[in-house]
Amino acid sequence: MSVALDVMTITAICAGAFFFLAGTVGLLRFPDTLTRLHALTKADNLGLGLVVLGLLPRMPGPASALKLVCVWLLVMLGSATTSQLIARAVRQEGPSA
Amino acid sequence: MLHALDVCVVLLVLPLAVRTIAARETFAAVVSFMAYGLLLTLAWMRLAAPDVALAVAAIGSGLSGVLLLGASARLRATERPAAAERPSALLRLAAGILSAMIAAGLAAGVLSQPDPGPTLAPSVAEHLATTGVGNPVTGVLMAFRAMDTMLEKIVLLFALVGVWSLAPDRLWGGRPGPRHQADPRGVLAFLARLLPPVGFVVGVYLLWVSADKPGGAFQGSTILAAMWLLVMMAGLGDTPPVASRWLRLALIVGPAVFLAVGLGGLWFGDAFLAYPEAYAKALIVVIELGMMLTVAVTLALLVAGAPARSVPRSVPRNTPRNAPRNARR
Repeated sequence: MSVALDVMTITAICAGAFFFLAGTVGLLRFPDTLTRLHALTKADNLGLGLVVLGLLPRMPGPASALKLVCVWLLVMLGSATTSQLIARAVRQEGPSA
Repeated sequence: MLHALDVCVVLLVLPLAVRTIAARETFAAVVSFMAYGLLLTLAWMRLAAPDVALAVAAIGSGLSGVLLLGASARLRATERPAAAERPSALLRLAAGILSAMIAAGLAAGVLSQPDPGPTLAPSVAEHLATTGVGNPVTGVLMAFRAMDTMLEKIVLLFALVGVWSLAPDRLWGGRPGPRHQADPRGVLAFLARLLPPVGFVVGVYLLWVSADKPGGAFQGSTILAAMWLLVMMAGLGDTPPVASRWLRLALIVGPAVFLAVGLGGLWFGDAFLAYPEAYAKALIVVIELGMMLTVAVTLALLVAGAPARSVPRSVPRNTPRNAPRNARR
């Protein structure tokens, strides 16, 4: 059982780290603000979600696990809102280099 | 293994610090500074100081970052002429030498400290039980060095008075900053409806938990201030006029409670701010609640800025300028 949990933790966190890496590469390589936002939000939401998923079996109790899930939900809410606002600002002011 | 993480943090913090100073644009410098603050949070966590880490994240990075962003937006108009100005070689040389001397002095000061440094930690640990709180940081802030904490809050009020005093006379007593307009059905308004209840719980929780675990009234207040600012920026609520009675009350309630408890200590106990042992915890919580309200309101108003709009008067607009003073309310 514990081996299965360990494997799950390692797999999920590695996958999460991969999405963060991919998102960062996208942030650095994509040509304009909107595509960069796209890279960032997808990677952050999925990457962080996978890291949280991997950490869940490590938590001492359900309360701590719930806190981690709350962190993930709040980060998603925050990043979704800010990326909407940034995208809207870009659309109003026109794309900048 | 553990050292690798520390080395990574240092390798990220130092270049970011250099970038913050070397950036030519104010905006770029502010963004670097905020990222630098978040990395410092990690560094404090690695140093096993979660209370400090929370303070750095909330105040050092978040609140200071927002204040500096506001300043950089104001400076945008003057940025290009200022950047085009090249000071003379002599001036630059003198500034360089002065900075190098200060850095060398600081380095010498840090390196000449005895190791291990002088510490009061054992005596704090010994007497912590008398305060009724279990977190030594809160014990120091609210009991052993309560005087410093009280003066700190009063300094914060002075800072706000300083910001307000930048208002032109005719706007005195008015509402700070611009009236924020946002789409009432847009994302920002949605967030400003969804997040404040969560933020309120988290902020009060940080204060409550600080009795026994890492947290703090100041950190919690920063979150409350952020929630209020979010509501104001989404256009759901306006900033109150600085002449408002309840606002003034909220601004002084923290220091006033602190002073009252302090004087009570002088009256009933042995010294200013001496808490009777049986009520220590209760008194600390009362002081912290008062402070939380004051600090949250102060921080939000610091970000909101100087009064910039005159008070809407109940009298029609075409009244002469020297209308009776008490029409103000």
